[in-house]
Parts: sequence; C-alpha cells; structure tokens
Amino acid sequence: MRKSLLALAAGLLLAGSVSAVSAADKLKVGFIYLGPIGDLGWTYQHDLARQALVKELGDQIETTYLENVPEGPDAERSIEQLVRAGNKLIFTTSFGYMDPTLKVAKKYPNVHFEHATGYKRNPNMSTYSARWYQGRYIQGLIAAKMSKSGVLGYIGSFPIPEVVSGINATILAAQTIKPDIKVKIIWANTWFDPGKEADAAKALIDQGADVIMQHTDSPAAMQIASERGKLAFGQDSEMIKFGPKTQLTSILDTWGPYYIERVKAELAGTWKSQDSWGGLDSHMFAMAPYTNMPDEVKKLAEDAQTAITAGKLHPFKCPIVGQDGKPVECKGGDHLDDGQILGMNFYVKGIDDKLPGK
Amino acid sequence: MELIEAIILAVLAASTPLLIAATGELVTERSGVLNLGVEGMMIVGAACGFAGAWLTGSVFVGALFGIIAGTMMSLIFALMALGLAVNQVATGLALTILGVGLSGLIGAGFVGERITPAVHLAIPGLTDIPLVGRVLFGEDGFVYFSIALVVGVWWFLYRTRAGLILRACGDNHVSAHALGYPVLRIRTFAVMFGGACAGLAGAYLPLAYTPFFIPGMTAGRGWIALALVVFSSWRPGRLVIGAYLFGAVTILQLHAQGWGIGIPSQFMSALPYLATIIVLVLLSRARSGGSTAPAALGTVFVPDR
Repeated sequence: MRKSLLALAAGLLLAGSVSAVSAADKLKVGFIYLGPIGDLGWTYQHDLARQALVKELGDQIETTYLENVPEGPDAERSIEQLVRAGNKLIFTTSFGYMDPTLKVAKKYPNVHFEHATGYKRNPNMSTYSARWYQGRYIQGLIAAKMSKSGVLGYIGSFPIPEVVSGINATILAAQTIKPDIKVKIIWANTWFDPGKEADAAKALIDQGADVIMQHTDSPAAMQIASERGKLAFGQDSEMIKFGPKTQLTSILDTWGPYYIERVKAELAGTWKSQDSWGGLDSHMFAMAPYTNMPDEVKKLAEDAQTAITAGKLHPFKCPIVGQDGKPVECKGGDHLDDGQILGMNFYVKGIDDKLPGK
Repeated sequence: MELIEAIILAVLAASTPLLIAATGELVTERSGVLNLGVEGMMIVGAACGFAGAWLTGSVFVGALFGIIAGTMMSLIFALMALGLAVNQVATGLALTILGVGLSGLIGAGFVGERITPAVHLAIPGLTDIPLVGRVLFGEDGFVYFSIALVVGVWWFLYRTRAGLILRACGDNHVSAHALGYPVLRIRTFAVMFGGACAGLAGAYLPLAYTPFFIPGMTAGRGWIALALVVFSSWRPGRLVIGAYLFGAVTILQLHAQGWGIGIPSQFMSALPYLATIIVLVLLSRARSGGSTAPAALGTVFVPDR
C-alpha cells in the first residue's frame, strides 16, 4: 500500500507541469488550469487569454501556468507553489478552486488572487464570471427559427444554477418565436466525456430533436449533429471545424480583455478586490459568427445581441412564469435580479421535464 | 421501430470498447497478473491510433498503431511487475498515470484535427432489412472483431491445452513452474495480449466513436473494463453479458431522460453501474461453483533458478 501511495504521489507531482520561468523584476502572473490546454474548451480559452495578455504586456510581465490541477484540497498545494515561485497575481480558473484559493489568499495577504466563477472574496481575492445566459438567449431565438421539428435537444452537465439559467434563457427566447416549442434535456452528469456526450446527442436526435445545444465541454455533440445532418451550437470555443455545415454559433469565453485590465491595474498599483460579472457589453464572452442560417435569422440574432449589449433587452425580463404556473417574484424591477439568476433552481413554464433534485 | 434500431446501434457502439479492453484484461488476470493500467494503455492507444489514422488516412493502420502502442505500454508493466517483481498494484496505477500524461504529449499536435471514421458494413439487401439489418450487417469492423475476439478467447481458455496451461499459471504458479512451464514467459504474453486489446479499445474511441482526439477522452472506461472482469467472475460469457448490459443501461438512461420520466438524473447516471453489478453478482450466485478469482492473482512470482 505504501508503495502504491508513493507511486501516486510521484505521478501527481509529474501531472502538474510548470512552464519555464526566467528573468527578474518583471511582474509574475500565475494561472491554475483545470484541464490540459489542448482541451479545445474551457482551459483552452483561458490559455488563449493568457497568450493575449503576454502579447499585450509581455515586456512588463511573465506568466506561469499549471495545467491538469484537480479541484478540491489538492489545488491548495499548486496555488502555493505559484506563490512561492514569486507570482504576485494568480488566476485560479475553475469553480472548485474557490476554497483552496481563499485559504492561500488568507495566508499570503500581499499576493493578489482572481478566482473564476466563485462567490467567496477577500481583500486580496477577486471573483470574475460571465453572463453566459445572454448568449443562451440569442441561441434560443436562432434555435426556434431553425428547428423544423419544434423539438430542441439540450445536453446539460450538472443541474447547477449556471446551467439551469442557461436552459431557461434559451426557452424563454424560443417561446417568443414559437410559443409551443419543446425541449428535451439530458443530463450527462459530467463536464467532459466525449463518448457520453456523443451518446446523449444521438439519443436526442433519435427522439426527434433537430437543433442540439450543450453545456458540456467537448465537440462530440457537434460532430454527431454534423454526421446526422442536424444543427448545433458550440460551447466555450469555436467548434465550426467539427461541423462546418452544422454550427449556428457558439458562446466563446473571451477572458483576454479582463486579464489585461486586471494585470494593468496590478502594474499601476490600483488593484482592488472586486466582483466582476460581465456580459456582452464588457466583452467577457463573445458570439462566434452566425453561420448556416438565412439572413433574416442572422439579422434577428444580431439585433438581439445589439439590444442585450446596450442593456435594452434583458433575457429574464418579467413576467416570468415558473413550471408550477405561478409568476416568479420580480426582484430587479422589470427583470429578475442578479441573485435570482445566480441561484436559479427552477424551470420556467413550457419545459415538460422535472429539474433533478426538485 | 426506427428508434429501437437506433438504440441498439448506440448500445453496440458504447459497449464495444469495454468488451475489447475487458477481454484482454481477463486473459491477463487469468494468467495470474493484475494490471490496473488498462486506462493508461487505452488512452495511449487512443492517441497513437488517431495519430496513425491521421498520418496515413487509414483507419486500419490507426487500429494497428493503437494495438502496438498498447502492447508497448504493457511491456513496461511486464518489465516492472514480472521482470523486477515490483508490486503489481503500484505498477498498474503508475502505468495509468504515465499513460494519461504520455497520451497528452503524443496527441498534442493532433487536437482539433478530424479524420474519416471507420466505415460501416453495407450489404445491399441485407443491411436494409428493418430493425435487424443495420444491427447485424451494418456495423463497423471493430464491433464484429470484438465478438470474434471474445469467442476466440473463450475457445482458447477452455478448449486448448495452451489455455489450460495459462489458467494453471494463474491458479498456482509454483505447481506450473514445477511442471516445467515457463510461468513468467506465459504471463508476459498474457500481459501483452491485455495491452494489445486495451490499445485497440482505446483506438476505437477516436477512430469510430467520436472521430477526433482530445486528451482524457477515455474518461474512465478502462476502470469500468477492469470492474467488469471482476464482476463477471473472470468468465468470457458473463463478460459479454456485463459489457452489453452496461452499454444498454447507459444508453437507455439517456433516452429515459429525454422522454422526461422524472427520475433524478443523478440516479440514472449511477444506474449502469448498479444494474451491471447486481446482475453479474446474481449470475455468479445462481450457478453453482461460480468461479472466483484466479488463486495466484496479483501475487509476485520469482522462480528459483
């Protein structure tokens, strides 16, 4: 047993590989990644942003990243490793790093931390996330226009508020085009398993869905939709390579501008702990080009994007009716407030399914 | 009707990699060696298989690359666990960790590339028969091969002298050695066979299932194959039942979610594991003398020279 533990420990040390560090007196910026940078999804997009940062400020900073860092207590060691290597600003890029980041942040008050998609903050720890539900709303409009069968297929990862708000935003938008639109939802209960995602896409298509959307990370669903001659939306990154005649658009995580802004603040000495939840207006994410659709649908999508960016259209504008037929309390004036969206745990009317755990 | 056919097709596709990898591991374990590195050998097979197919444009060559890669990985295991008599559990775990890293390195240049997936059989007339046509006469080569493989392994283990000797090594290596059989050499071949199967099973994923490579795409299938071997009491027949049952419940629970049956999805996701374990345990209880583990499984053997 002791031998196997040793082997495991040795393997884990190997698993987190460090990129080269050199030169002095430049600001050192560190990144903790969940997956490999070649995952074509979540981590890939974070690394693209890091590369944009280097391109913009490369003469004043140097960056280090650790990839394949598992979420949970073990992440603490990796974050501390970056601190001890002299990094003064550290981005931890997954929800599961929340508590480890906070713990290390409290231990090193002179180092600044940026944690993605979490809600715990400290005087030296900021949080940042994106209002992806805005993009989901645009996808819902397109899906309703493009679906011939009137059935949409949705592959969910886990029934957490971020995913649920995405489903609701999609359906609310689709209902403005086709009030009786149907959606079939399959939970993969994983963020990443190409085989299972492909199986889920097959099941949805076999059950009559002709537009596939996903909240899982691999391009498997796009590839299956392409094989079957259906339409689909990408996730996190540009997936048109896997479905040149299939991808309608994709929500692209574009962390670059935020990373550049925060590093500039650090360089200028004006960095402060804050909570950023940016949408289309702050370029926290972007929509991939609208493809494989007629011009009128494209225009509809672009108009919606303009309206959301300008703040004239809110995906969760009231009245919103829940699955139980009762209107949802409107805490944000004429739309749901941020707290309601961040903690969303109900389906809106028109979804025939039951939310797991409800 | 069409839906049933589609479900059966999806079940066969989902079960095939499990069946191939588990069959290989079954032979390895029957010779008395526990190789926990199936996941690692699979993922390296996936990376090399995709690389081979992408470089040559041939799925067949890709499959060969996968087989060779899996075999090479298993040779590392054989060198450590058989040659140097290192603890098999530790070596197997290390092999998985190594494989995950190595496959990321090999596959890095191929991420985002596409290939033409394995072709499906098409016999005019036969393939068009409703319901059974595509299931029986419209699969890709991997599916037919996996069935031939498991039948061949059954025949080898129970109907040939060589199979008997292999099982003897797994049950009592001291006696087999005393009778003059080269235990370590036989075990090395068994480990290599397991590696070749794991490599092929891994290659199936990017060559037929989802025709692209992404690091970590085996997503734990190697561990499921390992579990199937145990729960099938090391018997090829029950292994087939277990693998297809696991695939069937996996696909059916996805469909059940799509139909909106209202059972929590977390429970549905756990269902393939539960169903497979329950059925295989019941099977081994129902038949008298349900075979247990090879007696020498996982124990180190150093011959006195």
